[in-house]
Amino acid sequence: MAFSGLDIYKLLPKTNCRECGFATCLAFAMQLAKKAVSIDKCPYLSPEAKKVLESSSLPPIKLITIGTGEQKLEIGNESVMFRHEEKFHRPCGLGFVIDDSLTDSEIKDKLARIAKLSFERVGQKLDVNLVALKQVKDAKRFTEAVKLVSGLTTLPIGLISEDSTALKDALITLKDKRALIYRATKENFTQIAPLAKEFKATLVASAPDLNSLSTLTQELNKLGIEEIMLDTGNKTISEKIWDLTQIRRLALKKSNRSLGFPAITLINKADPYEEAMEAASYICKYSGIILLRNIEAWQTLALLTLRQNIYTDPQKPLQIEPKLYPIGATNDKSPVLITTNFSLSYFTVLGEVEASKVPTYILSVDTEGMSVLTAWAAEKFTPDKISDTVNKLGVKETVSHNRLIIPGYVAMMSGELEEKSGWQIIVGPKEASGIPSFLRNL
Amino acid sequence: MAQDLMLEKWSGKISTVTIGATIADGGTRKHSIKIGGEKSLPNLFKEGAIPNKTQIAFEIWDAPPTDWPDELNKIYGSYYKDPITWAKTCVEKYKATCLCVRLQAAHPDFGNKTAQQEAQFIKELLKAVAVPLVIIGCGDDSKDSLILPACSEAAKGEICLIGSAVQNNYKTLAAALSADGHNIIAESPIDINIAKQLNILISDMGLPLEKIVINPTIGALGYGLEYAYSIMERARLAALSGDKTVASPFICFVGQESWQVKEAKANAEEFPAWGKETERGIIWEILTATALIQAGADLLVMRHPLAIEKINKYIEELYQC
Repeated sequence: MAFSGLDIYKLLPKTNCRECGFATCLAFAMQLAKKAVSIDKCPYLSPEAKKVLESSSLPPIKLITIGTGEQKLEIGNESVMFRHEEKFHRPCGLGFVIDDSLTDSEIKDKLARIAKLSFERVGQKLDVNLVALKQVKDAKRFTEAVKLVSGLTTLPIGLISEDSTALKDALITLKDKRALIYRATKENFTQIAPLAKEFKATLVASAPDLNSLSTLTQELNKLGIEEIMLDTGNKTISEKIWDLTQIRRLALKKSNRSLGFPAITLINKADPYEEAMEAASYICKYSGIILLRNIEAWQTLALLTLRQNIYTDPQKPLQIEPKLYPIGATNDKSPVLITTNFSLSYFTVLGEVEASKVPTYILSVDTEGMSVLTAWAAEKFTPDKISDTVNKLGVKETVSHNRLIIPGYVAMMSGELEEKSGWQIIVGPKEASGIPSFLRNL
Repeated sequence: MAQDLMLEKWSGKISTVTIGATIADGGTRKHSIKIGGEKSLPNLFKEGAIPNKTQIAFEIWDAPPTDWPDELNKIYGSYYKDPITWAKTCVEKYKATCLCVRLQAAHPDFGNKTAQQEAQFIKELLKAVAVPLVIIGCGDDSKDSLILPACSEAAKGEICLIGSAVQNNYKTLAAALSADGHNIIAESPIDINIAKQLNILISDMGLPLEKIVINPTIGALGYGLEYAYSIMERARLAALSGDKTVASPFICFVGQESWQVKEAKANAEEFPAWGKETERGIIWEILTATALIQAGADLLVMRHPLAIEKINKYIEELYQC
């Protein structure tokens, strides 16, 4: 639990010795509460107080890293139940389960399809995060398949097996790759935990109810396992959401360390629509990793888009740099479209301009990431603001004509803008979808 | 260590709105539907009652839509000129339990039908199908102010859900619906304060809060969905904490929003990396609906029959707990 400045002050020596660099112990405590200084600055802190303060400064949900390099997946460190309270910090991982009972060429085919699942939306790259190999056959086949997979993908790898012999061989293959092991239960954890420790893998602790799950993670802690994820097994969607909600609440509101880890969910539905609906529910409701079976571009695109939506910072919408963007082979006769610097506005306009094949300039005005109508209502998209931007970004120097096109939704400002800017104002379509025909008929 | 669960105790409750009047209620519907009534956040059945499942209304138009994609035209195109058959097909073939009819033909660009013509159409529709109706105007404010009161009167006693009332234009509609016993859709532009304000204004006109359904205005998946998602979560938290002025069920126009975005419409040749367009359009409508159900949606207005079938199945599964 986060301590207030006063809570911390009570634990300090209260001698105002100033050796920490602050005038009083209280001032130091206030800075500690803001996490602006380290507690090490106080040389006289009692060991007990130090322990209390150190544990209080740990994040309530541990940050877990799976894999290495650029594609490593980091999840956890979440701090709220609802995204409007702050934001959801670390987008959940989306991965795929592959059975070792498939032939090598089937596995290769699946990996090739997974490798293609990379998209760009509103200026962000959207990627999948994990390949999980599931043991169905014997230890020998599992290790073989793991070798095959690890040679063909750079994504982090998960191992779904409860066979410690098979896991050990597989982990030797994946040495230093920070794999994910699914799963340790109360029956097998004494065999699996040493492997996780030896190979620095993240271990999924699995139990059907939160009581036994909490007991299990504490047992794992005793064995030196810190990198843990949580699983409550096969359940209906609502039961799963209940578990995920309770885990998040208990970690955040009750500082329950034994449940302070990100959760993982495995989905077992053949129909890709139904699988996607279940996955979408867990994207919304607190899962750290979601594992799917179907590999379909349309399904993954939709799920990654939802993840992008849910994990967008509500206080800081996605923005682009305010600039005069030339699209296509522009020249000094090309039309100039004005929009905001809200990513969604800009990229929607961009998509339509590209589709029109008419070389066009897009002038994005700094509206602090607000969309056209919101910015207009908040007076961030005004005739003054637009005139300034037109002057500042050198539109006059770029084109030889005298015309600016504004979004149809702000038609009401055209007169005033014409006066303020001295440019001729043309009112464009309300919806971006009208841009191609508008540009072609200009 | 025993693990105590952490339960929220809510003092508030979402109001229950009934749509459709059966013969016993003085109407002619075969059944009615109830939405709202939650005493808990979505899916958290162990914390409070969630008595009514999310309902789905099939969206139909009384004028041929010009901007629906091929995927929908394939299914409904042959009925565009005959909305009564369109409505019957939804009920008989696709087992619709509720219809949402958009009176587009009243729009000056879509036929400019008069209030009297639209009222006549509603009467015929009520005779042709026996499911509860949601009735939506054409989007032209001055025209809607004429046709909606006329349709309200034509459907008197059938307890429809009619809208939308907006902050600057609610009085005529609220007065008419109040007189004819209908429910009203209160539309606010992704703004919780305007939603509250409008609910208060409408209830001051004599329509009780229990007759109001909020349209929070949604964006499709990838197109501002998260704004509506959070507004709905915030409104629901406020309502469950006791604020009666936002304790209304939500209606979400999922089909309308999701079928206009590029990802739902663009063909696979144009964007090969996005996968097949048939499935892509359907999944766009499905996931927009799924996320909004997770935010508390009570009534979804949708278009594609397969998307509706899948979401209905999903709602059934949510109640297995």
